[in-house]
Amino acid sequence: MKNQNNFNSLPLSPSVDKVGVEERVSRFQKRSIKTNSKMDGLKMVLNMIDLTTLEGKDTPGKVRQMCYKAIHLHDSFPGLPTVAAVCVYPSMVGLAKSMVKDSGVKVASVSTAFPSGQAPLDVKITDTKYAVDQGADEIDMVISRGKFLAGEYAFVFDEIAQIKEVCGQARLKVILETGELATLDNVRKASDLAIYAGADFIKTSTGKIQPAATMQVTYTMLMAIRDYYDETGIMIGMKPAGGISNSKLALHNLVMVKELLGDDWLTNKWFRFGASSLANDVLMQILKTDTGKYQSSDYFTID
Amino acid sequence: MKRVEILKTYKIYSGGKFPRTESGRYYLALDKKGNPIANMCMGSRKDVRNAVVSARKALGAWSGKTAFNRSQILYRIAEVLEGRKSQFVEELILQGSQKNMAIKEVEDSIDRIVYYAGWCDKFCQIGSSVNPVSSSHFNFSTYEPVGVVGLIAPQDSSLLGLVSLLMPIIAGGNTCVVLANESLPLCSITFSEVLHASDVPGGAVNIITGHISELIKPLSTHMDVNALAFSGLNELKKEIDLFSVENLKRVRSYDLNWKNTDTQGLHYITDFQEVKTTWHPIENIGGATSTY
Repeated sequence: MKNQNNFNSLPLSPSVDKVGVEERVSRFQKRSIKTNSKMDGLKMVLNMIDLTTLEGKDTPGKVRQMCYKAIHLHDSFPGLPTVAAVCVYPSMVGLAKSMVKDSGVKVASVSTAFPSGQAPLDVKITDTKYAVDQGADEIDMVISRGKFLAGEYAFVFDEIAQIKEVCGQARLKVILETGELATLDNVRKASDLAIYAGADFIKTSTGKIQPAATMQVTYTMLMAIRDYYDETGIMIGMKPAGGISNSKLALHNLVMVKELLGDDWLTNKWFRFGASSLANDVLMQILKTDTGKYQSSDYFTID
Repeated sequence: MKRVEILKTYKIYSGGKFPRTESGRYYLALDKKGNPIANMCMGSRKDVRNAVVSARKALGAWSGKTAFNRSQILYRIAEVLEGRKSQFVEELILQGSQKNMAIKEVEDSIDRIVYYAGWCDKFCQIGSSVNPVSSSHFNFSTYEPVGVVGLIAPQDSSLLGLVSLLMPIIAGGNTCVVLANESLPLCSITFSEVLHASDVPGGAVNIITGHISELIKPLSTHMDVNALAFSGLNELKKEIDLFSVENLKRVRSYDLNWKNTDTQGLHYITDFQEVKTTWHPIENIGGATSTY
């Protein structure tokens, strides 16, 4: 069982050696991945994508189109997997759910006054409850960064724990919005906080703030997951989101996951990419690898 | 002791920058006697890919400029080239031209750029039309750039050949990926320095040096290249046509001596234009009614 969501059980977070992290991360980016392993890697990336649309201008039509794409990535090339999930606002969950049906694609909903998280707790709970009632399989919540930066860790911890309770069967992803946390030490602290408070997944960013999922940040969070696993034997998932828009970067992320956490994490149960434009780039790479011809976005669906 | 001369390394021009080839390879450009005169980047298919991405990205900025502004920029290229004339003459001589021929080639090139600068804001009016139709529509046809054009620079001329095909392509608002002259490559890269200093947006023209035989395939099979232009290379024509089939690339090949004065003209621009026809609903067919 997990630690009983007790703030006092939260260990002191180790400090992060920024220079060391950068050095280590740069080595992951020098791996050369070719031919068969590249093809397998690319398909794995596709299968780990949370296809995302989180805009004020989202319409039912847009969500419908995205859900269709989630299941039919590029029908003219047989043998492709589906993406892992579609990620939408709570108001679109019901629609998304009715679209993906039993295709195996999950529906994730952002909640807790995404993306700012600046709302009272009862509003956040209602927000989450609505998404869960609509059938969301996964909840992507944001933490209160303002409170975190003000040092009110217990507040943030309790908030996550309470949202986790509302989630029921839905898996909870906790968005740290690392672009607003300023330092890797804070990222580590927030990761530990989220994990001990009951997160099933930790996620870098909302995608609304730059920088988002840099490899340094993802590395730091993966290390928090590894330390927790060593401590308790419990696996926590990881979702870098925002800024991963090309295949190469996605493959480098997979290399990093494999070398830090091992093969067990290389499934979409434990690792996801939050992205909107990554899928098309991966598809273009797959077709390039298959045909030997560089591809044009003209021949792929509009995101 | 005799001083060892340092050979300049000519870098490729891609996305408005002068990177080395990602492959790290190089080859020697030789003079007529077989002595090395410069280190050239031996570009790879990935350089082609990166250049096409840059060209695609730059298409909006370049084709979106007003025709008049494109004209000013082309004229600026001519001005800058005029100022650097002596460097081009030297390079041509180094590559084996006689001095008077070299001077003439540079001067002809400048004149040709000015010629196409003049066309930028005129070719559209000359080639467009209002078409008579039998419904209540105002129907007109006008030109639009085809998009990203791949250009295999003429292999028999270092500067004038490049200018003669590149200028009509960009005058029409296209962006371009150039495979430079393989055996006489110096002027193409120095010319890219001229482009760079002439308000041509980064990525609108990209110039890659290397082995034509190696680079033709990734360029002509590329699905994001809309048209191809080349001159001579008759032995490769069939192969290039086949490579270009998949996305129905427009292929224009020329077999001309670019030194001739009649190798410039309106149709070199319109070769790389699409015709767009617009049907605009109006109230009445024909103009001369009382409502007018």
